[in-house]
Amino acid sequence: MHNTVRFILAGQVEEVHYCEATRTVLEFLREDKGLKGTKEGCAEGDCGACTVVIGELHDGGIRYRAINSCIQFLPTLDGKQLLSVEDLAPDDNHAMTELHAVQQAMLDQHGSQCGFCTPGFVMSLFAMYHNEPERDVERSEIDLGLAGNLCRCTGYAPIVRAAEQALEADRKDRFTDDEKHSVELLKSIQPAEMLVIKSENGAFYAPRSINELCDLLEKKPQATMVAGATDVGLWITKQNRQLDTVIYLGAVTELKQIEEDGNYLHIGAAVSYTDATASVSTHYPAFLPLIERIGATQVRNAGTIGGNIANGSPIGDMPPGLIAIGARLVLRSSQGQRVIDLEDYFISYGKQNLQPGECVEQILLPLPPPEQIFATYKISKRLEQDISAVCGAFALQLNDGMIKHARVCFGGMAETPKRAAACEQALTGKSWSQDTISRAMLALPEDFTPLTDMRASKQYRMQVAQNLLQRFYLEHSATPYPIRLGVRNV
Amino acid sequence: MSDPKRTTRARQKIQKVFSSIAHDSARKHVSGKAFYVDDLPEPANLLHCYIGTSEFAHARVLSMDLSAVNAYPGVVRTITAADIPGANDISPVHLHDEPVLADKLVQFVGQPLFAVVAHNRSIARQAAQLAVVEYEELPAILDIETALAEKSFVLEPHVLQHGDSQSALSKAPNRLQGEVSIGGQDHFYLEGQISMALPQEDGDILVLTSSQHPSEVQQLVAGSLGKPANAVTVEVRRMGGAFGGKETQAAQWAIIAAVMADATNRPVKLRLDRDDDMRSTGKRHDFLIRYDVGFDAQGLILGIDFMHAVHCGMSADLSGPIADRAMFHSDNAYYLPNVSITSYRCKTNTVSNTAFRGFGGPQGIVGIERVIDAIAHRLGKDPLGIRKVNLYGQGMRNITPYKMMIKDNVLPELITELEASSDYLNRHRDIANFNQNSPVIKKGIALIPTKFGISFTTTFLNQAGALVHVYKDGSVHLNHGGTEMGQGLMIKIAQVVADVFQIDLDQVKITATNTGKVPNTSATAASAGTDMNGMAAKAAARKIKKRLIKFASNQFAVETSGIHFVDNYVQAGENEIGFAKLVEQAWMARISLSATGFYRTPKIHYNPQTSSGRPFLYFAYGAAVSEVEIDCLSGESRITRVDILYDAGQSLNPAIDIGQIEGGFIQGAGWLTSEQVWWDTNGHLRTHAPSTYKIPTCGDIPDIFNVKIWEKGKNREKTIHRSKAVGEPPLMLAISVHSAINQAIAGKLNEKSLPSLNTPATPEAILNCLYR
Repeated sequence: MHNTVRFILAGQVEEVHYCEATRTVLEFLREDKGLKGTKEGCAEGDCGACTVVIGELHDGGIRYRAINSCIQFLPTLDGKQLLSVEDLAPDDNHAMTELHAVQQAMLDQHGSQCGFCTPGFVMSLFAMYHNEPERDVERSEIDLGLAGNLCRCTGYAPIVRAAEQALEADRKDRFTDDEKHSVELLKSIQPAEMLVIKSENGAFYAPRSINELCDLLEKKPQATMVAGATDVGLWITKQNRQLDTVIYLGAVTELKQIEEDGNYLHIGAAVSYTDATASVSTHYPAFLPLIERIGATQVRNAGTIGGNIANGSPIGDMPPGLIAIGARLVLRSSQGQRVIDLEDYFISYGKQNLQPGECVEQILLPLPPPEQIFATYKISKRLEQDISAVCGAFALQLNDGMIKHARVCFGGMAETPKRAAACEQALTGKSWSQDTISRAMLALPEDFTPLTDMRASKQYRMQVAQNLLQRFYLEHSATPYPIRLGVRNV
Repeated sequence: MSDPKRTTRARQKIQKVFSSIAHDSARKHVSGKAFYVDDLPEPANLLHCYIGTSEFAHARVLSMDLSAVNAYPGVVRTITAADIPGANDISPVHLHDEPVLADKLVQFVGQPLFAVVAHNRSIARQAAQLAVVEYEELPAILDIETALAEKSFVLEPHVLQHGDSQSALSKAPNRLQGEVSIGGQDHFYLEGQISMALPQEDGDILVLTSSQHPSEVQQLVAGSLGKPANAVTVEVRRMGGAFGGKETQAAQWAIIAAVMADATNRPVKLRLDRDDDMRSTGKRHDFLIRYDVGFDAQGLILGIDFMHAVHCGMSADLSGPIADRAMFHSDNAYYLPNVSITSYRCKTNTVSNTAFRGFGGPQGIVGIERVIDAIAHRLGKDPLGIRKVNLYGQGMRNITPYKMMIKDNVLPELITELEASSDYLNRHRDIANFNQNSPVIKKGIALIPTKFGISFTTTFLNQAGALVHVYKDGSVHLNHGGTEMGQGLMIKIAQVVADVFQIDLDQVKITATNTGKVPNTSATAASAGTDMNGMAAKAAARKIKKRLIKFASNQFAVETSGIHFVDNYVQAGENEIGFAKLVEQAWMARISLSATGFYRTPKIHYNPQTSSGRPFLYFAYGAAVSEVEIDCLSGESRITRVDILYDAGQSLNPAIDIGQIEGGFIQGAGWLTSEQVWWDTNGHLRTHAPSTYKIPTCGDIPDIFNVKIWEKGKNREKTIHRSKAVGEPPLMLAISVHSAINQAIAGKLNEKSLPSLNTPATPEAILNCLYR
C-alpha cells in the first residue's frame, strides 16, 4: 500500500499526499497550482475546454492521450504524466519565445477568436501530434481528433487548417527529444502497490490485482467503482454528490487485458474504448463507425466498455450491438466468477444483475459465425459526440437466402437495452427479402413502447427504429444507389 | 535637445488597415495566458457565491426557509430580494418587469430566488440545494400558441405597413398561405456567466465581469446598491464568447456579486455552472411566422401579410427592438410593394429571451425566404429565379417597408458573381438528376442572399467614445467603449490608431474596457462595434496628431501641410524625426498628449409612431450557396458544400472578417439544424448542457467551404476606412442550408406544395416532413 499520488508535472515529480477522492484534475491545476490556462466550459466532459494530455509508459516509450480534466479524478494520475497548455511553450513568459508547432499553426491560421476553447484544442492537437508522427494526418482523423472540442466562434475551418499545417508527417518536438528522460522519470514513479488516499470524507483506492479488488469490494460493498469516470464524474460536478469511498479499476492488471481464445474475444472491464477499438473492429468491422461516435476522443481515452455496461444506462451505445452478437459478461467477486448473458444483466431501469461485492470483470464477444451479417446504427441529433435517441443492432445468419437466425436489439426504445422478440420472430426462418423485412418492421411496435424526451419523440423513435431495419436490408442487398450519407472525402 | 535628421531616404507609408493581422490575443490564447475573469488572481479573502432558483414555471412563493443553507459548514451568508438595498430590477429598458432576485412570485424554472456565499464554490453550490421553499403553483403559459390565444404579451402588438396589402392580395393572380415555426438557440459561449465584485473605499464597488455592456452593468449595479453611478466601476478585458448572450444578461450575476460584496465587505465571485447558465439566461427568440402572399406568373410578389409571434419569455428584456428588427428584415433583399407585418410579443413563463447575433433579423429572413421557396415550388421554378425577380432594384423598386430608400444595393452583381463561381446552374441540374435515381439519399441546393441593416434601431444608442493617451516614450494607450468577445474588435481599432500615427502595432497597447475611462457607452452589439468605436478612436488619435502637427510645424518652421507621419517617423519638410522623439519634445513643450474621441452615427432617424425613417446608416450584403444531402430513412442530414461571397466593404482585416463569416455561418447552420431548445410540459428546460444541446462540431462543417470577401466592396457611406460590419450578417447566410434541406425533402416527396420544414431541421423534423 502506498499513500502518495505521484505523477509528472512540468518535468518534475509532483506528490499529492492528501486530497478528496473526487478532486478533479482541473481543480488541481487551477486551484492548487494556479495554472489557469486550462478552462472549465461545461464540467461534464462534453466541450473539451479543459482538455489536458496524459502521458503513460507504453512499449518502452510514452503514449500521449487527451482527456477531459473536468471529470478526471486527481488520484487516477498515479504513475502518469500530466501535460497542460502551460507545458507546451513553457518559456513563453511575456517574451517572443518559440511556440509549439500546434500553437504556432493555430496562430498562423487565425484559429482562435474568443480564445476560451483554444487551450483545449491545442492540447487535442498536441496529442494528435504525437500519434503516429511519421505520417500525415487525414482530414477524417482531424474530425475524429477534434470532435470533443467545441468552438462557438470560428466554425472550425481555421482550426482544421491549423491541424493540417501542424500535423504533417515526420513530427518531432522537444517532447520527442526528451522522451528517454521522461521515460526514466515515469519508470521511477510506477506504483508497486495499491494506492490509498484517505481524505476527510472517505478514501480513494487503486487496487493493482483482481484479488486485491475483490477483497476490497468484500470489505466495502457500498464503494463506488470508477474506471474512466466519464459518468461518475458528473455525479460530482453536476449533482454535487459526495462519494465516500471510491475504488479505481484502472490500475487492476487483469481488467486492462484483451485476450482471444477459440470462441471469444475477452475484453477486460477497464479497457478504454480507444484500446478496445482495434480488437473489436477486427472481428466486427461494423462496430468501428459506432465506437467512433461514442463520446469523443477524450471520452473514449478514459471511458470503458465495461463502464458503459456496468452503469446500466438504457442509452449506452455498446450494449445493443453486444447483445445482438450474443455477448456474455464475466462477473467477479471474492466468491469467484459467474458468467451471464449480457442481456440478462439489465433487469430494469437502474437495476442490474450485480450483487454487492461483485464487479464486471470481462465482456466476452463471441467470434462471429460464418454467414453472419451484422450492423449497429446510432441515431442522434448530431453526428459526433451525442447521446443516442435510438441505437439499433441486427445480427442475422443467412443460409441460402433464408434467415437462419436473427437477433435484434435496440437502445433508447425501452428502460434498458432490449431485444425485439416479435421482430426477431418475424425474421427467423423467413426468406431474406423486402417482404420479410417489411413484416418485421411492422412487428416492432409489439416489442417497444418508446417515450418522448428531449432527444426524440416516441413516434420518431418507432419510425426510425423500423427504418434502421430497412437500412440494414438495403445495405446488405445489391442496391444500385447510395444508402448512407457520404463520408468526408476531401 | 532637438536633433532632427535630414531626410535621407524615402519612407513608405505602412499599411496598418486592410491587412490580415492576427488577433491581438492570439499568442496568449494558444499558450493559455489570456486572462478571463475566472483566471484573474483571487484576493485572499474572496468569497464564492451561488444561486438558488425556482423549481416552478409560475408560482407564488409562500415561504422560503434558508436556515439549512446558512447552517451549512463554510457558508458565510445568504441574501434574498429583501437584502437588495436599492432597486431589485434588471430590466434594460426601464420597464421594471424583471427582478434580480424573485420576491413572492416566480415566473420561470431557474429564476434566481436567493444567493449564498461560502469559502469555496462547491460549498456554496451544495448549500444552495438545501433551501426549503414552499410554493403555490399558478397556471403557466409555456408556448407561443397559448400566449397568442390568451393574449399574453410583454409589449403591445405592433404593425408595420407599406402600400395596401389587402387590396394587392385580393387582386393577385396567385396566392399562397403557410407558416413556419422557428426554434430558439442557446448562445453557448464557452465561457459562462461570471462576475467578481471587489469592495473599494467609501463603499464603492469594482466589478470585473464578462459583459458586452459594461455601462449598463454599472448603472444596474449602482441602482441595486442605491448608489450613484460614480460609485461603481466596471471592467471587461475580454469575454470567452458572448454572441448577444452577455448584452443584458450578464448584469444579474454582476449585481448579485456586488450586493454580496457590499453586504459582506469582502470580494465576491459568482460563476454559474453551465447547466444553471443555460437554465437561467435567455436565448434567441423562437418565432411562429404565418404568411399570406399574392404573386404573378413570374413569381413577382404583389402583396404580402406576415404575422410574427415572438416568444419573449417572462419579461421584455430586449424583445421590443428584437421583434422590430425581425419586422425590418421581413423583406430580406426583396421589394415588397404592399406589405403588412403584425408582430405579437408573447409573454410566457419561461426565461426571458434576449439578444443573439442577428437580433431578430434571422427569424424575419427565414419567413420571407420560406415564402420565396413556396412561390417557386408552386410555379415549378428554380427558387433562385424567383429571388432575382423580387430583388430590390437599383434606382427603382428600392423603398423598404419602413420607407427607407436603399441606395447601396450590390446584390444583383454579387449574386451573379457567386452564381458563376459556385457553378450553381450545373449543380442544380446535376442534383435534380441525382435525386431521380436515388430513393434513399436526396440532395438539395439553395442560393440565398442577405441584406442586413447596420445601426442600432434605437437611434440614441448609436454613439461611442474613446480615450487615447500617447506617453512621452511614444507608446500609445488605447481605450474605447467597445468590448472584446473574440470578434477582433480590439485589433481592428488598434490598426486604425496605428494607421493614424503611422507607428508599429506593438506600440499600441490595447486595454480593458472600463467605465472609468470611457463613460456612458452602448453595448458592443448590432455589428456596429468597429464602425462606432473605430471612428471614436480615430477621432481621438487625430486630435493628438493634429496637436503634434502644429507643434512640429512650429518647431521646424514648416507649413502644417508639409508635416507627414510615415513609418514611425515624422517628416517635416526636409527634416525627419522619430515619432517617439517628436512626442517627447511635444511633452516638454507642454502639449497635451491625451484626447477623447466621440462618434455619433450620422443620417439615421426613425419614428416608431409612423414606422418610418432611416433606422440604418447602410446595409451589409452577402450571399451563400449551400448544398446538402439527407437520408430519407433516418432524417439525418449533412452539409456537403458551401460557397459564400460577402461584402465587407474595404475590409480592415480580411483574416478577422473571414473568421467572422465562417464562424457566423456555422453558428447559423447549428441554429437551423442540430440546436434544439427543448422544454418539457412543466416548463423545465431539458437541453441545458452540451450533452443535450448540440452545437456543431468540427465534423459538421462542409467538405468544401469557399468563403470570399467581395473584392469590389466599398461602403458608400463614410464609415471607418469605408469598411462594413461583419459580426451578425453571415449568420443569416446559413438560411441557405435550411432551404436546401427543404429542397432535398421536396426532391423525395414530389408533391404540389412545398414541404413545411420547421427549424431546427433535426433528423426528426426532416423525417416528420417525409412521413407527413
